[in-house]
Order: sequence, then structure tokens, then C-alpha cells
Amino acid sequence: MAARIASAGGGGFADEAALVAALRAGREDAYEQLVRSYAGRLLAVARRLLGEGEDAHDAVQEAFLSAFRSIDGFQGNARLSTWLHRIVVNAALMRLRTRRRKPEEPIDALLPGFLPDGHREERRPWQPGAALERREQRQLVRAAIDRLPDSYRTVLLLRDIEELDTAEVAEMLGVSPAVVKTRLHRARQALREILAPLVREGAATP
Amino acid sequence: MTAHGLTCREFIDFIMAWLDGELDSETRRCFAEHLELCPDCVDYLESYRRTVELGKAAWDAPGDAPVPEEVPERLVQAVLAARRRMR
Repeated sequence: MAARIASAGGGGFADEAALVAALRAGREDAYEQLVRSYAGRLLAVARRLLGEGEDAHDAVQEAFLSAFRSIDGFQGNARLSTWLHRIVVNAALMRLRTRRRKPEEPIDALLPGFLPDGHREERRPWQPGAALERREQRQLVRAAIDRLPDSYRTVLLLRDIEELDTAEVAEMLGVSPAVVKTRLHRARQALREILAPLVREGAATP
Repeated sequence: MTAHGLTCREFIDFIMAWLDGELDSETRRCFAEHLELCPDCVDYLESYRRTVELGKAAWDAPGDAPVPEEVPERLVQAVLAARRRMR
């Protein structure tokens, strides 16, 4: 998320503006400074969307090259970190679109069921985290998010984890804001359903 | 449960809009009334909120696997080499 990649900065340059000016001037030390300052954090973003494999590395590389090419269009009133964040998200989304999709569970199977009178079919106590260490809990949640169908997982990651707003996500995915909202709400409901039994059983780590 | 016009299903449909402050005043009133009368939906709302929190917390642990603070040198060199080929 933008907030998580906000602290990298100038290195050998006085400030972000000086770094940007040097990038525009084509200075090799500026390119290297930019890459060293942001590569780790951009990689974290790419890995959330693409997993741990080479795809994430490739997306980061594409993001930097795209940034180098378009540095003249960088608006000085934006933060470099925010700008780079969007570029790497777009690069990762491009990779997601082109790679072979894994078979998906339909989201409907993961949504709560209702009786004809409008009651939920199953009402179970839901106490995630009660028996789990925080580290174990994080792994469990990441694995649960990974089980969501891609179109829902992507929206959940972009809205809740990367903290992009609805309009930005809609534009990036080429869908309407209403579709983004519907997918996010369903993704959260499905994630809740996935987490419930895993957590209730205590130590299940998929 | 059809407390004051909303079924549990409708209540759940409205949760996100309610959390985002996007419900109109009449629907917001129905939502609040349902919440007072339906313990199941109180639980569901709480678990929905908790799910969002768990999602947000799933990656921001210092030292917890996939947030590389150190920059992979192989990646840095690959980017810089690709940059040189751009010229």
C-alpha cells in the first residue's frame, strides 16, 4: 500500500524533488537510488497479487522500466511512493490477466446461505484468532484470501490491503465502481466463511 | 428475522454501505433497528468487521515472511541492466 512504501526517499539526494530532477536528467545514480529505495517494497506489493514466484520479480522490473519511461509525466504534487505503487499494481494486474488462470471455486459456494424467511441458514459462533498465534493467524488469512476466485481476490487486495479507492480500482480493472463494491462485499463475506471453520478448529493451517 | 422491514439477508447486503456511511437515512434507520433486535446480525456484523481487520493485518508484520525490507540484489541488478538496454 502507499502508506507502506512511503518512507523510502532521497538517499544521496537532498529530497524527493532532487531525486526526480536527477531521474529526468537521466542520471544513472538516480535510477539506482530509486531502485534500491523502492524495489523491496514494490516486490511486497507484487507478491501479494502474484505470489512468491518469478512473476512478481518480472512485474517489479516492468514497473521500474515503466516508471523510467514516464518520469517526465510524474506530477510533482504526488508522492513518488504513491505513483510507484500504482505503477506496480498495474504491472501486476497485467501479469494476472495474461497468465493461465487456475480453476476457481465459484464465489456463491462461499457466501452465506439464507432460508426462505431471510434468516441465515447457519449461525455459528465466530471467534477467529482465539486459539491462534498472530503469525499463524496471518498465514491462515493469507491462505484464505488465496482461495478466493481471482476477480474477487484482486478487488479485496486492492481495496483492503493496498488501500486504493473504489474509483481507482474500477479504472484499473476496467469495471464500474458498482462492480468493485459488489465484489469487495462478496469477497469479504466469502473470506469470513472460509476463515470460520479453519479458525474454529484451532490449529488448521492449510 | 424481518425486524422493521429488513430481513437478515437484506441487512447483510447493506453492511458494507453502512460501514462506508453510504446508506440513505431511511435505510440507515431500518438497519439500526434491525441491529437492535437481531443478535445473529450483531454477531455477523462483528465478524464481518473482524474479517476486514484480519485481512488488513495479514501482511504488515515486521519480520513475518513476505514483506522483504532488504532489497534483493538480483532484482536490483536485473532492473538496472534492463534500464541500460532501454537507451
